[in-house]
Amino acid sequence: MTQSAAIEMPQGRPGRLVAKALVAVITLALIFVAYTVYAIGQPIFGVVVLLVALGFFYVFGFARAYTARFIYPGIATMALFVVFPIFYTIYLGFTNYGSFNLLTFERAQEVILSGRSVDETTARPFALVQDGAAYRIYLSDESGGFLSDPVPLDGSAETVSARPVANPPAETMERRAAVQLRGPLGEIGIALPDGNLLRNAGLREFAKVTPDFERLEDNRLRHVASGEILTPDHETGFYTTADGETIAPGWRTYIGLGNFERIFGSEGIRGPIVSIFAWTVAFAAASVVFTFAIGLTLATILQWEHLRFKAVYRVLLILPYAVPAFISILIFRGLFNQNFGEINMILEAVFNIRPDWNTDGTLARTMLLIVNTWLGYPYMMLLAMGFLQAVPEEQKKAAYLEGAGPVRVFFKITLPQIIPPFLPLLLASFAFNFNNIVLVLLLSGGGPDIPGTIIPAGQTDILGSFTYRIAFQDSGTQFGLAGAITLIIFVLVSIIAYANFVAMRRATAKV
Amino acid sequence: MIVEKKSTLRTRKLLAHGFMIGFIALVMFPFLVVVSISFREGNFTVGELIPSNPTLEHWYLAFGLDYTRADGTVVEPPYPVLLWMWNSVKIAAIAATGVLAISTISAYAFSRVRFRGRAGLLDMLFIVQMFPTTLALIALYAVFDSLGDISPILGIDSHWSLVVVYLSGVMMHIWTIKGYFDSIDPALDKAAAIDGATPWQSFRMIFLPLAVPIMSVVFVLTFIAVINDYPLASILLRSEENLTLAVGSRLYLNEFKYLWGDFAAAAILSGLPISVVFLVAQRYLVSGLSEGSVKG
Repeated sequence: MTQSAAIEMPQGRPGRLVAKALVAVITLALIFVAYTVYAIGQPIFGVVVLLVALGFFYVFGFARAYTARFIYPGIATMALFVVFPIFYTIYLGFTNYGSFNLLTFERAQEVILSGRSVDETTARPFALVQDGAAYRIYLSDESGGFLSDPVPLDGSAETVSARPVANPPAETMERRAAVQLRGPLGEIGIALPDGNLLRNAGLREFAKVTPDFERLEDNRLRHVASGEILTPDHETGFYTTADGETIAPGWRTYIGLGNFERIFGSEGIRGPIVSIFAWTVAFAAASVVFTFAIGLTLATILQWEHLRFKAVYRVLLILPYAVPAFISILIFRGLFNQNFGEINMILEAVFNIRPDWNTDGTLARTMLLIVNTWLGYPYMMLLAMGFLQAVPEEQKKAAYLEGAGPVRVFFKITLPQIIPPFLPLLLASFAFNFNNIVLVLLLSGGGPDIPGTIIPAGQTDILGSFTYRIAFQDSGTQFGLAGAITLIIFVLVSIIAYANFVAMRRATAKV
Repeated sequence: MIVEKKSTLRTRKLLAHGFMIGFIALVMFPFLVVVSISFREGNFTVGELIPSNPTLEHWYLAFGLDYTRADGTVVEPPYPVLLWMWNSVKIAAIAATGVLAISTISAYAFSRVRFRGRAGLLDMLFIVQMFPTTLALIALYAVFDSLGDISPILGIDSHWSLVVVYLSGVMMHIWTIKGYFDSIDPALDKAAAIDGATPWQSFRMIFLPLAVPIMSVVFVLTFIAVINDYPLASILLRSEENLTLAVGSRLYLNEFKYLWGDFAAAAILSGLPISVVFLVAQRYLVSGLSEGSVKG
């Protein structure tokens, strides 16, 4: 089939030229994107985009790569948005990337250099005066004030001089206009007769404004007022003073095993991680066992030839699978609310108990398992119904004739036959629940908190939700630390994935 | 027939039906309660399961309409539920179309075109799809945060960023569709190839028309998966009018602004259409699932 490459395109010569031009244009566009990405401080992603561009050029530019055209789009998206981000997240685990070290070095330096002090003794309120297409700036004073020369306020940097006037101008513009023009106003300097150069300082005033820092050679900074020298420390990603004080904002930098030292070295982090890890495994295993047991039981009953209304039962039993999970989980969140929830209302009315679903760790974990079993058993049931059909009826009949009861038949004949094909799916389900962060985030939010930890860690947190919370919630976007924990999850998932791969191989080899 | 005594059979039947009905009652409990809550006054539990003063207030608010109470106070909708639904449906439809296109073409190549490294690539796809997107969240956030400097279309809080990331969900579907293509008689495309069809032509003229059933399965599966996604959407979307349903719905049950009744109506309104689509499609989904996952 590969020889057919010669006749791949039905168009004539002009069509082929157009196609070639298109390939060239797209390649160039992708290379441009790669360069821009590189320039804005994501060099690794830039390299990946460049590889995607070159791959595109090769695959679509040369007839010999014809067959690769079919799989190129799939492989490219996978490389860009799955493989690269996973490894990049892990790489970030070796950096200090986080809310204190968010920027690149250049940007952080710019931010520090843009810091300015306002000399309040020179501050004067200002008003804008329309003068044809241009504006004058009026700086008021007890005794009349100063009026500047006309200035266009088109965003260009300009210094204009101002002259003293005896009376305020008759008509000044509204404050709103000044707010709208605050961008261009920032570029304007007003030279007063006494030699002071005033700049826009806030929405109402002009004042003498001086930069706090100036840059010296080899990127050191000097504080203008005190003469103190700041040196960039690329080990920690901060500018530091001579006595070791750090200046915010910092920049992101490679810190080696720093995050791992934090995880394994500090009791306040290691303790919760060990307990979260144990709970993650227990949660995933228990979820698989419960959903499998209930799903299989229901499927077995539904297969029974004497049972009527099978279709009705089946649809009703599938319902939890049909409703979008995030809606069901949020419904349970409301029902399980220990103060306003309907479940506690009923439990109190019938048994006179009000379990603390939200504040007691064990009960919160129980709640998580109840909800997850509710969500997951229909999938297992559907799969089990398929596999049960493959068990030969004759074997069961023979066993019945030998006098075996239905329970014995199930455990001795049915179960041994469906476990092997089920195994890869059970492993996949384990892997899914191992990272079932939607359930945790929406149902319990990870809470209740484990006491005595440095970073917020909850008793229902699984590794994935813990990482999510470190990176994106309350504890201040510590991307680096979260990336380091991601590496731990990655290793564990790799083991499960490999086991699943082997089980899958075995299952397909038998079919 | 299996030999069974009449009386034991009847007891067993009774037991089976009793178990089924009891179990289904337990499973349906949350849905029934939510329906009742959506008609109940106020946003807090009042100690009754069937509302004594049913009100349509929560339903008005869910549809985005102001509701005038009996005492004349006007209540405004707390959140734009219909807009969120539209966002979810829009993103899911675009992403599912993209996933479908990419995975069908790739699956065809993996099933029919011989090339070096095919088995290796297939194994790689299988292993990579085991790794959840949660592992990639931080990098995706960092990358799109910077891409936003180039163009806000590919930045944080843009639907397009989200669609692009969802396209990476093709891996499992390549396997599903490949399993289906493998079951198509090779004589068909051999005949086409002898008549001079290129692989692309036999894909377009033979495989694509035959693949409509499995393609609808993949479309529905991706559509539902995208609508259900919470982690990605929650980090890539910011402003209230851009949220998807999954991210927005969470706002209702905030500790400081607990809108249980409003949530109930919004949940039914948004959950019902998706559930119906799923129930209609599930018959085909199950066969598609088992075919895709069992056949290698």
